Amino acid sequence: MTVRELSKALGCEELKLPEPDREVEGCYCGDLLSWVMGRAQASQAWITIMSNINIVAVATLCDVSCIILSENVMPDDGVLDVAEAKGVNILRTADTTFGAAAALARVTGNE
Amino acid sequence: MSESVRFHFDVNGQSFTSAGQASVQVKKNLRELGIAPDVIRRVSIAMYEGEINMVIHAHGGEADVEVYEDRVVIILNDHGPGIKDVELAMKEGYSTAPDNIRSLGFGAGMGLPNMKRYTDEMKIDTELGVGTKITMTVRF
Ligand SMILES: Nc1ncnc2c1ncn2[C@@H]1O[C@H](COP(=O)(O)OP(=O)(O)OP(=O)(O)O)[C@@H](O)[C@H]1O
Ligand SMILES: [Mg+2]
Repeated sequence: MTVRELSKALGCEELKLPEPDREVEGCYCGDLLSWVMGRAQASQAWITIMSNINIVAVATLCDVSCIILSENVMPDDGVLDVAEAKGVNILRTADTTFGAAAALARVTGNE
Repeated sequence: MSESVRFHFDVNGQSFTSAGQASVQVKKNLRELGIAPDVIRRVSIAMYEGEINMVIHAHGGEADVEVYEDRVVIILNDHGPGIKDVELAMKEGYSTAPDNIRSLGFGAGMGLPNMKRYTDEMKIDTELGVGTKITMTVRF
């Protein structure tokens, strides 16, 4: 499933989608950045409530397919511009991190 | 063979908004050199953790990356406070990061353990009040 398809399936708001056709393979949830750095795998969707600029660097280096901001978190000023420049997809959902992960598992047949 | 490709970066200690830039650039450079994705991932993650540590704990510093035929060497040099107890600092979960840094998502105490985990060799030379030099090697 691509990031755009995932976004539609979960009813996410597409804050920035420079790479809509990237494949999503699984998911990692976490807010502590070096924890995410150590654990997230390439192509996973990363669900977090962290909204500062550093999430873009982490997403780039871990090569996740997208960031999903849960709980209707709004990214800080400038984050979306950098995401665009670095080719990092950012979605937003009103759901909790658990709710978003559970929904992702359902729609990707990963239950 | 001792021939190598080298990259040098000054890591700005004032700015969290630019933190991680050197690592992101290295990732790009290594990709252009045709280095294997797995190696790139290990190098850039280890370097990011070190880069962020220099910003958070040491007012910035310098990063050098050397690419050889069989390995990448990352050298991080700062003139910060040094690390008092390296063994303790290497423990998962140990962090002295202040609250304002934690609110940005840092301070899990996983940076140094990640650097160790993602590299084949890691050496820490540190002296209190003088600075810290971390040398990491990732083999192909
Ligand atoms: N370059 C450095 N100069 C001085 N102290 C350092 C340096 N790097 C690490 N430290 C010390 O070692 C501790 C552990 O570092 P580590 O990277 O593992 O965790 P952290 O930076 O506190 O949190 P995280 O990396 O999970 O965001 C730090 O809290 C700090 O006290
Ligand atoms: Mg750290």
